[in-house]
Amino acid sequence: MADKVLMKGNEALAEAALRAGCEAFFGYPITPQTELAAYMAKRMPKEGGVYLQAESEIGAINMVYGAAGAGARCMTSTSSPGMSLKSEGISYIAGADLPAVIVNVMRGGPGLGGIQPSQADYWQATRATGHGDFHPIVLAPSTVQEMASSIHEAFELADEYRTPVIVLIDGMLGQMMEPVELPEKKETKKDKPWAVTGHGGKRAQNVINSLNLDTPGLERMNFERFERYEKIKENEQQAETYMTEDADIIIVAFGACARVSRTAVDKAREAGIKVGLIRPITLVPFTSDAIEEVVDQAKAFLTVEMNMGQMVEDVCLVVAGRAPVEFFGHTGGIIPTPNEVLEQVEKLNAEKGGDA
Amino acid sequence: MAQTVFERPKSLSDKPFTYCPGCTHGIAHRLIAETLDELDLADRAIGIAPVGCSVLAYEFFNTDMLQAAHGRAPAVATAVKRVHPDAIVFTYQGDGDLASIGTAETVHAATRGENIVVIFINNAIYGMTGGQMAPTSLPGQITQTSPTGRDVETQGYPIRMVEMLSTLDGVALAQRVSLDTPKHVREAKRAIKKAFQNQIDGKGYSIIEVMSTCPTNWGLSGPGAIEWLQENLLPYYPLGVYKDVSTNGDTVVESEV
Repeated sequence: MADKVLMKGNEALAEAALRAGCEAFFGYPITPQTELAAYMAKRMPKEGGVYLQAESEIGAINMVYGAAGAGARCMTSTSSPGMSLKSEGISYIAGADLPAVIVNVMRGGPGLGGIQPSQADYWQATRATGHGDFHPIVLAPSTVQEMASSIHEAFELADEYRTPVIVLIDGMLGQMMEPVELPEKKETKKDKPWAVTGHGGKRAQNVINSLNLDTPGLERMNFERFERYEKIKENEQQAETYMTEDADIIIVAFGACARVSRTAVDKAREAGIKVGLIRPITLVPFTSDAIEEVVDQAKAFLTVEMNMGQMVEDVCLVVAGRAPVEFFGHTGGIIPTPNEVLEQVEKLNAEKGGDA
Repeated sequence: MAQTVFERPKSLSDKPFTYCPGCTHGIAHRLIAETLDELDLADRAIGIAPVGCSVLAYEFFNTDMLQAAHGRAPAVATAVKRVHPDAIVFTYQGDGDLASIGTAETVHAATRGENIVVIFINNAIYGMTGGQMAPTSLPGQITQTSPTGRDVETQGYPIRMVEMLSTLDGVALAQRVSLDTPKHVREAKRAIKKAFQNQIDGKGYSIIEVMSTCPTNWGLSGPGAIEWLQENLLPYYPLGVYKDVSTNGDTVVESEV
């Protein structure tokens, strides 16, 4: 077993990406993701891969489009305002069915916003990553360890389903240091017969493209893509549950908010309140199965987020009126405290006639 | 015994061009394909198609191709070349794509000295969207979005890309050619071939600006468009070599135009 090392989340993710076989990284400086690009700048050339600081986020994501089309395992990272600039390129990557990983270390918004942690890009990641009918896969780690271990999975999912994968991280996880066991280096060379490499006179031309002027043809491409999304929904949902077996109140929270909420669950349990936590690890596909499992027993759901209430809509869609769904959150860079979450739980428990 | 003296370049597909009558895209495509054939590059060539009339370039070249977002071809080409250094990578871009929406990508690929070939088709108008003012439209030029003629007081001046790019250290070759006469077409071919040879030799970024026609959106016949190009575009966009590292970077502007 590998020794644990103390690392910043952004750096642990970068090192793990290299060990996951990342061959090309294209970035642009923005807080709070900068350490990730800086780490890549230092390490990638030694690994024989491509590191390039682009002229903009637009340049960077289009370089990812090119490298992915050329068959390389590749990624970029940014923070919220940069994600808006990348949305054009992500749409093209989805439209051309290319595998790529995009890391968003979120900060407060909208506009220039602030540089403190946030989860305010949930809608952007899950609903509006770019124009057109598509969505990426979205992973939401909640520890530095998980940041390191999820990046290999992100690349694998991207390759398997030929789709962009977003790793959505709040700035707290990007910036904090925790002990982490770095994954072993993996050989992950996928056969990509569709990639542009020069045909070598051995095969027909390969074309990387999202254009289709034939309307039934374009519709078929979208149908095919959404059939893949259905498979993703069936096979790739991931959630962690904590003390949900007998819970009356179910907290739903991801990323840093899940850590805060877990502490609140422990405190509430000490007070005899039956509360549990569902932590979505995949935001797309949304973890509807995990919520469905507890919906009949739950007297209420509470989502805790670092935004004005975004994921709460997805919880409402699954719960579909079968239980009340409440939201508690802070935004603008403020992290909710366990005691604040506990207060909400106590309030809900009193309203719903819980045991304690 | 019969001898073949003229045939379709192998680097072009069998598909007939979909360009308008009198448009010079077909000539430019052919010059690139002939170059790929003559330098034996088709097997390892990767082209990047833009957004614009030549968005379907991937239908006409039978090399591996990527279609890029509007203006982003230089960023896409950068990554492809970095991932496959032995491939021969070229972009094919119009004036709206290269000199307006893609200016940042163009300038930075050039200043990084990316070892790629950029073929820049300048016909001073947006073709595919139906004839709007381009960054290279001339002062006074009537277009759909400059209906009384481009007014430089409110709509600014045309941009001379190869002159601007020739100031950058990363550029190996910056040359403007034209497709209006057989002589100029032969010069264009030599320039394009030199640009590809530069990439083979690892010299860095080469851009060939190709003065071209758009009879449809200029509202002219084929021959009329050639005349308009000669009388209006060439005086504003002088042909010549603006930078060539193999000649110590001296600017050689063609004098007879």
